[in-house]
Parts: sequence; structure tokens; C-alpha cells
Amino acid sequence: MPDAPASDLLPRESILRDAALVMGKDLRIERHSKVTLGQLLPFALLVLILFAFALDPDRRILEEATPGLFWLAVLFSMLLAIQRAFSVETADGVIDALRLSDLDPAGIFLGKAAGIGLHLLVLEAALLVGVTVLYGTTPHGWLLLAATMLTATAGLAAAGSLYGVLAAGLRVRDTLLPILMLPVVAPVLIAGTEAFTAAYEQSSGEGWRWCGLLAVFAALYVVIGIFAFEPLLEES
Amino acid sequence: MDAVVRFRAAVCLLGRFPALAGVDLDVAPGEIVLLQGPNGAGKTTLLRACAGLVPVTEGEATVLGVDLVADRRPVRPLVGVLGHRTGLYDDLSVAENVRFWSRAGRSRVADADAALARLGLDGRLADVPVAMLSAGQRRRTALAILVARRPRLWLLDEPHAALDQDGRDLVDRLMTDAVGAGATVLFASHELDRARAVAHRTVTVAGGTVSGLLDGAVAAPAAEPAGEVPVA
Repeated sequence: MPDAPASDLLPRESILRDAALVMGKDLRIERHSKVTLGQLLPFALLVLILFAFALDPDRRILEEATPGLFWLAVLFSMLLAIQRAFSVETADGVIDALRLSDLDPAGIFLGKAAGIGLHLLVLEAALLVGVTVLYGTTPHGWLLLAATMLTATAGLAAAGSLYGVLAAGLRVRDTLLPILMLPVVAPVLIAGTEAFTAAYEQSSGEGWRWCGLLAVFAALYVVIGIFAFEPLLEES
Repeated sequence: MDAVVRFRAAVCLLGRFPALAGVDLDVAPGEIVLLQGPNGAGKTTLLRACAGLVPVTEGEATVLGVDLVADRRPVRPLVGVLGHRTGLYDDLSVAENVRFWSRAGRSRVADADAALARLGLDGRLADVPVAMLSAGQRRRTALAILVARRPRLWLLDEPHAALDQDGRDLVDRLMTDAVGAGATVLFASHELDRARAVAHRTVTVAGGTVSGLLDGAVAAPAAEPAGEVPVA
């Protein structure tokens, strides 16, 4: 006979514990499915190679455009990562199960964003190696480079989680998400490119200002996500 | 004792279509109530409304003391839902799914492991990805989550569907055991002979309304509830 209806439940966990639970689940899904390693990573590297094919006649342009091409490749890969992250939440009634759970919606948001962010950081590390090898460019300001990647990734992951859940309940989500997302993350493309350009050209002073802009963007979307995720989850 | 479910002239709109068009329903603590009716009658919507998954736009609706018209979200952690869709992650194993959803419902890992054993999922099946399961095995996994969470109100939509004979018998035992332990069960089924055998009473849903009662208006629960149920 089953135990009596639960009256001895564990105390409600903090938002961060909920976030860790959701992120851990997403990392386990990746460990089993290997979508990031098996599909997103090859896709991102393929984009770099195609850029090289398109611009190779003039190697100098390719080198100058490296920061922008890097972040374009990140943005394209990000769209696939977000679609994947939220497709697992909409399959077979999972989104209802999330609503019925005792997880704090803000914790779900932070967990999804953290999971997406970790996947993006892996992709960005691989892309950095890719541009170094394929385009023959070597950055100098490693600290600025790392800070830019961290802040830009946080912003992309937070904005992506917000728009991912917004589009999750729609039949046209796969085509709608890029239309919604790309204009929103345009500041990340601009600031990331400028900060990377500074890191490649050893003019890090200007780069740090762009990095600060990325941090503001990330903080803004984290705060918006914490408050807006619940109503969006209700509507999805 | 106050009703676990109390609906008065409750209306639920799906878009502009009134899926529930003025439902009156009372379910007492410790009851097993069967919802019967044709496809599209509103049984699933009624169960989802009880779970706080669809809004009640008019009338009164109280479940486990929670006023669903005012705010339906607080009722969700108190109920367990088994719907047509199982709510499982395909890429996670059976055990990973049950443990994740148990923790998401603030249950202990030990409860999840006990539920896996109860549903016969603690052997080699525990490590199998859900994507590789049969429909019946997925159903068992979803039931294991329900057992682990020990909800106060079980809301089951076609709980016998896709299950083999053993599985169907197990579902019946789970319902009676849950009621024996103090929970309440509201379920919809088209397998009327089996369902009526386990239900204390039957309610007919048709055209978005509860149109009649069968087997007596209120039948005494088979077992006295052992646990406390919140009152309105």
C-alpha cells in the first residue's frame, strides 16, 4: 500500500537549488543524446568553414572579419541550442508536468539559461580554436576575450531562455524563434565583435567598455527572465 | 468533511469554445469517482481544470481548499495528473525521470526508488531511456512518478490505456490503495466494466456539463481516509 498523501515533503528548495536541478537534468539529457557535441559543434565549425570559403580570396578581409564571423557563428548555433533546449520541454506533455511541479519558475528559467550557457561556452571554445586554425588569427587580450565570452554567453542564454519559452507553445516555433531572437541579440553581436576586435588588436581599453555593455545586457535579461518566465510558461 | 472538489456552474473556455459549460460537481474526501461520457464531452478538460491547468472563467471551483477562479496555481503541487501524454523526457532513463520529477515535487529519492519497485521498474528497465519504452512501459513510468509524489488528489485520464492485464490490475490497486491511505481519486475511462468495479460512483459528462449521476448520487467511500485533507 502506498504511503499516505505527502505531508512530509521536503522543504521548498531555493530558486538556485531548483535551477541546479533543472540544469543537471539538461546536462544529463545532453550526456545521453550528445546533440551539442554531435550536431551543434559540427554545425558551428561548418559555418566557420563556409565563411572561409566565401572570403578566402582575400585573406586579409577574413582576418579582419574574424570577430564578427565568430559571433555570427555563435548566434546561428545559439538558435539551434535554444530550439533543442525547449523542444525537450514541449514533447509529450512535459510542459504541463513542469507547471504541475513545485519548481519555482524563476529557478526553471535560471536552470535552462545555465544549461544553454554551458553548451554555448563549449561551442565558443571550439569556435575559438576553429578561427585560430582556419583563419590564422591569434588573440592577444585573453582576459578580455574570456570576459567577453562569459558576459555575452550569459546574455544570449538568458534572452534565449526567455524567447525559447515564449515560442515553446506555438506550432510555428521553429521558424518564429529566429525572427524573434536575432533582432534582440543584435547588441550582443555588435558588442561582442567590438570587444573581440579590441582583444585581437591589443587595444583592450575600448574592449572593456563593450564588455561592460554585454554585462548590462546579461543582467537586464536575467532580471526580466526571473520575473517574466512564469507568465510566459503559463501561456506556452 | 468539506468536498475535495466543488464545482458550481463552472465554465472553461478553450479559445472561444466552452469545453465546460456550467459544471456542478462534488467529490468527497476518500472517494473514487469515475467520469464517463463520449469523446469530446469535457472529461479531460474537467480533470485539467481540477489540476489548475486550464482556467475556470465563470462559476465557482474549489479543489483541496484552493479557489481556482482566484488563483489556480497553488493547487498544482497538491494533485497528481496522469494524462494522455506522459510528461517524460525521452532522453532520460526511467529512473532518471522518476527521480527528477519526484525531486521537482519535493519528494525524497527514497520515495522515487520505492515507486520504481512498486511499478516493477526497478530491474533492467530502470536504466532504459524512455524513448525506447513501449506505450505501456511509459504509462507505468508516469504512474511511478504519481506514486512517488503521493498527491492528495489523483486525476487520471484513461489510466488503463495501453497497459496489459497486470498493469490494469495494478492501476486498480493503486487507486484503491491511494484512497485507503487518505487520497481522493477522480478518473475518466471508457473501460466502463473495469472502471465501475473500482469506482465508488459514476458521473456522466456530456456536452461540457455533468448531466447525471449513476450508481447513486453519493456512495460511501470504501475506506475511511487516513490522512488529513485540507478543508475549504
